Amino acid sequence: MKILVPVKRAIDYNVKVRVKADYSGVDLANAKMAINPFCEIAVEEAVKLKEQGVATEVVVVSIGDKSCQEQIRTALALGADRGIQIDTDEKLDSLQIAKLLSKLVEKESPDLVILGKQSIDSDNNQTGQMLAALTGMPQGTFASKVDIDDNKVKVTREIDGGLQTVQLDLPAVITTDLRLNEPRYASLPNIMKAKRKPLDVMPAADFGVDLSSKVKVLKVNPPAQREGGVKVDSVAELVDKLKNEAKVI
Amino acid sequence: MTVLVYAEHDNNALKGDTAKLISAATQMGGDIHVLVAGSDCAGIAEAAAKIDGVAKVVVADNEAYGHQLAENIAELVVELGKDYDHIVASASTTGKNFMPRVAALLDVAQISDIIGVESPDTFVRPIYAGNAIATVQSEDTIKVITVRAASFDAVGQDNSAPVEASDAVKTSEKSSFVDEQLTESERPELSAADIVISGGRGMQNGENFSLLEGIADKLAAAIGASRAAVDAGFVPNDMQVGQTGKIVAPQLYIAVGISGAIQHLAGMKDSKVIVAINKDEEAPIFQVADYGLVGDLFDILPELEKSI
Ligand SMILES: Cc1cc2nc3c(=O)[nH]c(=O)nc-3n(C[C@H](O)[C@H](O)[C@H](O)COP(=O)(O)OP(=O)(O)OC[C@H]3O[C@@H](n4cnc5c(N)ncnc54)[C@H](O)[C@@H]3O)c2cc1C
Ligand SMILES: Nc1ncnc2c1ncn2[C@@H]1O[C@H](COP(=O)(O)O)[C@@H](O)[C@H]1O
Repeated sequence: MKILVPVKRAIDYNVKVRVKADYSGVDLANAKMAINPFCEIAVEEAVKLKEQGVATEVVVVSIGDKSCQEQIRTALALGADRGIQIDTDEKLDSLQIAKLLSKLVEKESPDLVILGKQSIDSDNNQTGQMLAALTGMPQGTFASKVDIDDNKVKVTREIDGGLQTVQLDLPAVITTDLRLNEPRYASLPNIMKAKRKPLDVMPAADFGVDLSSKVKVLKVNPPAQREGGVKVDSVAELVDKLKNEAKVI
Repeated sequence: MTVLVYAEHDNNALKGDTAKLISAATQMGGDIHVLVAGSDCAGIAEAAAKIDGVAKVVVADNEAYGHQLAENIAELVVELGKDYDHIVASASTTGKNFMPRVAALLDVAQISDIIGVESPDTFVRPIYAGNAIATVQSEDTIKVITVRAASFDAVGQDNSAPVEASDAVKTSEKSSFVDEQLTESERPELSAADIVISGGRGMQNGENFSLLEGIADKLAAAIGASRAAVDAGFVPNDMQVGQTGKIVAPQLYIAVGISGAIQHLAGMKDSKVIVAINKDEEAPIFQVADYGLVGDLFDILPELEKSI
């Protein structure tokens, strides 16, 4: 069984971003970049399935300019077998990403595609569901548990009211939530080994997908800042303020 | 222009979010139709018909929609929604699950998690965990939109819109419901509560959340948690507040033993009044708190429960 894992290069989750002075976007110059955390969880799940003998090959793909090869190499160091960079300089929306991925799914015919549930930069939470729709695959989003049994997969999903389990025919699309696993760290020998694993570069233009987006970003503003509050000295003072000043209890 | 609003419910009750979605839809302009898809959901349709501003309710009552499976719901919404200008659903786990499928099948973008409507084609949404606010304009013929309900005020419920049945049945063979474990609670829902009290890693274990329960009972508050508390198994996943959990904006948010990571702040910093209780006076949560109390939560919580 072959697993395809799309990974995104995104700002490191610890970095507090700043909006550019001209409100055209977010200042990413010199910002630390990493694999989007949810994609890391996706790589971990695929690698675990391989270690358990369920999967035979784990292929990672990232769409972006040359710099995303760094994240592909990281995924290879975590245990993926080979990488694909779909090369483009354009800023793509989830729909265009999903269309490119659906073409890649036609070429690679994976039995399972595991994506992150959400990019922590765009906060879109769309690509996996769109890919599933475009390829006609069933989907198990926000997964906290994945059980593969022959040609079916049971996915436990984190939903607003608790947990829901669905059963899907393979091939299927899964998107990861935080509790699915705890990603490992890449060891130094594995980082060295990853340098020799195959990494194919495919120009996005060769996929026959219209890469233009109908959504324009007009401006990006900083959020409204909260006024710093006060420290209170005792529970009594807190309760008094909540009752008489803020009037919320 | 017409807007199709997807009503969220559990086949027993309509979610309060719907009246907030209608408020967002009103700002998009045009007639508002509500789609109720579910199983044995006639009562839900009646409740939706009462919401002010609704011109018509369409109800698709079929077993296929009982568990809101994305494959089935998306096909239904595409069939009923293809002549609308806007299709709107809540940015809940249900909306997030099926709406991107709708968008892809219609070959349009989805605008996720909007917090404002500037005009029928221009919307405001947070990115980077709310550290930047983007204004985006869509030239797509159909705008597929999920709405952060907490950012809109609910409209009134004094209407009696006509209800119409749809007999469209969409079932996918490839996906089926197995079971669900829903958290039972007498307390108000997190996203709807006026007061939320949340615990973090500082609570140390699940039993200690009872210290929050006593206070929550007195204040009719909902109980939330940080990711660290959920990951450690103190409380179930549906209590997580934050960038990738639930977004809340209550009148009062009390953060207990929570450091205030940006991912947590993303889920609660629009609360009207924020209280932080933490033993570390340098904890970042104090930068957004209106009232900060430095101290050990195991001393403070019992005293707080007694004094309210
Ligand atoms: C992709 C991604 C998504 C994430 N999404 C979310 C999300 O949606 N929601 C979320 O919350 N987090 C999220 N996080 C995690 C986030 O980065 C933080 O790790 C998390 O919020 C920390 O939780 P905490 O504040 O409970 O724990 P800690 O940061 O460990 O803080 C515990 C606090 O408790 C205080 N404390 C300890 N003992 C006591 C005591 N006896 N009395 C008083 N105070 C005490 C400490 O001083 C400390 O400030 C996400 C992270 C990533 C990478
Ligand atoms: N440029 C990209 N390259 C590869 N995978 C991506 C890319 N963008 C998004 N994805 C995948 O889609 C998931 C969800 O992203 P999003 O829909 O943008 O929130 C991510 O976690 C990735 O698995």
